[in-house]
Amino acid sequence: MYDLLWLVPTFPFLGFLILAIFGKKIGKKLSAVVGVGSIGLSALITILIGIQFLTNPPEGHAFVQTLWTWIAADDFKVNIAFHLDALSMVFAFVVTFVGFWIHLYSTEYMADDEGFSRFFAYMNLFVGAMLMLVMGDNLLLLYLGWEGVGLCSYLLIGFWYRDPANGYAARKAFIVTRVGDAAMAVGLFMLFYSFKSLNIQEILSVAPHVWSPGNKLAVASTLLLLGGAVGKSAQLPLQVWLPDAMAGPTPTSALIHAATMVTAGVYLIARMNGIYLLAPLSMTAVAIVGAATLLVAGFAGMAQTDIKRVLAYSTVSQIGYMFLALGVGAWSAGVFHFMIHAFFKALLFLAAGAIILAQHHEQNMFKMGGLAKALPVTFWTFLIGSASLAALPLITAGFYSKDAIIWYAWSGPNGSIYLWMAAVFGAMVTAFYTFRMVFVTFFGEQKMEISHYPTWRVHIPLIALAFFALFGGFIELPGTLGHLTLFSDFMKSALPVVEGGHHEVSLEIFSQVLTAVLALVSIFVAYYLYLKNMQIVTNFTSTKFGHGLQQFLLSGLGFDWLYERLFIRPYVWLSRTNKRDFIDFFYVFLPWLARQFHYLFKYTQTGKVRRYVVGIVFGVLVSITIVVIL
Amino acid sequence: MTILFYIAALIAIVASIMVVTRTNIIHALLYMVISLLATAVMFFLIGAPFIAAMEIIIYAGAIMVLFVFVVMMLNLGKQAVEQEKRWLSTEGWYFPSLLSLILLLEIGYLIVSGQTAPFNGRQIPPAEVGKELYSTYLIGVELAAILLMAGIIGAYHLARRKKYVVHRFLKTEGAEQ
Amino acid sequence: MIAISLNTGLIIASIMFFTGLIGVMIRKNIMFMLISIEIMLNAAGLAFVFAGAQHGQADGQIMFLFILTTAAAEVAVGLALIIQFYQNLKRSIPMLPII
Repeated sequence: MYDLLWLVPTFPFLGFLILAIFGKKIGKKLSAVVGVGSIGLSALITILIGIQFLTNPPEGHAFVQTLWTWIAADDFKVNIAFHLDALSMVFAFVVTFVGFWIHLYSTEYMADDEGFSRFFAYMNLFVGAMLMLVMGDNLLLLYLGWEGVGLCSYLLIGFWYRDPANGYAARKAFIVTRVGDAAMAVGLFMLFYSFKSLNIQEILSVAPHVWSPGNKLAVASTLLLLGGAVGKSAQLPLQVWLPDAMAGPTPTSALIHAATMVTAGVYLIARMNGIYLLAPLSMTAVAIVGAATLLVAGFAGMAQTDIKRVLAYSTVSQIGYMFLALGVGAWSAGVFHFMIHAFFKALLFLAAGAIILAQHHEQNMFKMGGLAKALPVTFWTFLIGSASLAALPLITAGFYSKDAIIWYAWSGPNGSIYLWMAAVFGAMVTAFYTFRMVFVTFFGEQKMEISHYPTWRVHIPLIALAFFALFGGFIELPGTLGHLTLFSDFMKSALPVVEGGHHEVSLEIFSQVLTAVLALVSIFVAYYLYLKNMQIVTNFTSTKFGHGLQQFLLSGLGFDWLYERLFIRPYVWLSRTNKRDFIDFFYVFLPWLARQFHYLFKYTQTGKVRRYVVGIVFGVLVSITIVVIL
Repeated sequence: MTILFYIAALIAIVASIMVVTRTNIIHALLYMVISLLATAVMFFLIGAPFIAAMEIIIYAGAIMVLFVFVVMMLNLGKQAVEQEKRWLSTEGWYFPSLLSLILLLEIGYLIVSGQTAPFNGRQIPPAEVGKELYSTYLIGVELAAILLMAGIIGAYHLARRKKYVVHRFLKTEGAEQ
Repeated sequence: MIAISLNTGLIIASIMFFTGLIGVMIRKNIMFMLISIEIMLNAAGLAFVFAGAQHGQADGQIMFLFILTTAAAEVAVGLALIIQFYQNLKRSIPMLPII
């Protein structure tokens, strides 16, 4: 079964090729079959391999399949090889499994779009590249997938390219992530410089012998890798692109900008755990970045009116939780939250897409309302996703995954009370804006008639994902509630277990109860403010301070404003002043000089031989004079 | 003998100057012949009788006569002389002369400043020249032969009176007959 | 026997050479230019022969023979060109005001 591993990324790539070349000829039905079928086969193989991995794990809990040598130059050798261990297993499973449901959903969502087969071609390419990213056994292959998913993200954000705003959002996403990618590339160079290899397992096994803990090179390279992760995962300070990335079709937002691609940063840091452990400073940086991001994005999420932007900010915030978990050393908790988050966030986006489709492509949720009765399946699944996102205690998967992170933020090896406070506060904020969204969208009076009733192709993915969003968390229960550790046992072979820290049971219970109570209180506050007594909010926002605060939060805490003044305007100013490239002056001067000489020598070309003879004689005179004088 | 040499040199130089300044081309050619004859005298005096003979036979006898034939063929009249006069007087020829004069002075200075010695005075018989020519310089002789061949063929080809040929693409329909 | 140094000979040759050079530069008639070139060639040959005589060797004379060959070929081609010019560009002026 393991030998079929190469088929997992091959099917999506094959699907991409077929759709890209024959997309226009084969029609929508066949395009859908190819697009969904390739991912379906890929998911099927992944699940079969996963079952075998669980029942009959390979030697050393890792399986490497080398296909061929990609580059070989002196001691620089890169293989096209896939590495399967628990970590990449989880990621590949999520990518293909969630990806399959989203593809199925897309067949309805995109049904009336003229770029139907183009959409599926991009999506297939994305899944292929993402699998390349998570299964590559060396950093160069990982980087190839990394750039591949960046490209697909760009193509899909700007999918409806006729609207310049979408193209702008696509470029913004591409350029902002490029800042991180450049840092990551430098980080890879440093790693190669230190280890003379880009093979991940080789680096991880050699690193402790080459670098002592706290080595400057280790800190620098891990920080640079963090830069790449921050760009791709939309963390502070490069989080600005993700909310704008919602310009793409909603399935894209679900798959790329919520479930999979944006968590590539989490994967990268989790994958390189060995060298992060050698750089405590970088670990702290990861944790602080995560904590700061989850707060910033949470605040920004509170004021959004666009339903997709609320979800985008919640994505940024949840990835902040994952970073926090990685930063405090709770590796498997971060990956666990990634998996659960992929389920409920894909669910939320798909449900939001169904709502948008039902509301004449309106995205402002304050123009919606009262949809609970009209769209029951969408409502219940959206409610489940929201509950999971808000970490509603005991019954949702999100509670278990987030609770683990919050607890480790305090008790983990790198944890501190401040990180814990940030995480708890973030959880409260999350519950508030999530249920604000639910109440505004589904309750109250219906403001618009339904333009499209979803069919089974929407309902089945929603129900399937809702199932996982609800029950996916029960494979890992905290010590105070049953102490089930299926997931972390599974990850033990790939990621280091949490060591150190403190484990007072009473404190853990206190943390859990506090989080649960705060989440419930937030939900009640959201209910009170946005359903029961909307007047308070309107009154508050009509005051000067309230309005200013609302605008500030709506703009995502003014990061766009800041970057515009800090980077874009100086750059534009610089390029304006340098419109006629001053370096060009030199290159313009050279032809000018040549031309002047040409004009000068033009006079000598008279066509009169006598003149030429005079010229020769003059030259002879000059040279002989030199001889005479010297 | 020395006096003879100087007289011959003077004649050669003066005749050369006359060649350059004549307006009638036949006069110029005749002065040229005089110059060549004087040069031949110089050759004879410094001990190169073979070259003196060559100078007279080939240069003065053949090449210059070729010139004269061509001039006769072109059938030039008084008009040509008039035109030469106009050209020679109007155009400024001071600058080229000045240039050449400076150059001459410099080269003269270079020659004089170098070492010098009287001529060996040995007569070099034609036999010696021939032997040297056909042994050491054999390749040069071959090359000269090729050059002359090319000159003959080239002269024949260039001077041939050509039929006025119009390319078939340039012909008009009616003009074909 | 004559008592003349090489320098004297070379100066005579240079004077003749520059006379020819002036001729090339100031004349507009191609025929005169050709004749002036002949003067220059002749002067160069003169210098060769003087130099050969200085050492009492035949090489200088052989060089003169080569110059003679060159001059003959050059004159043949040059005159052929002049005839061709004259035939193709028949003008009222019988001498060609070329160059």
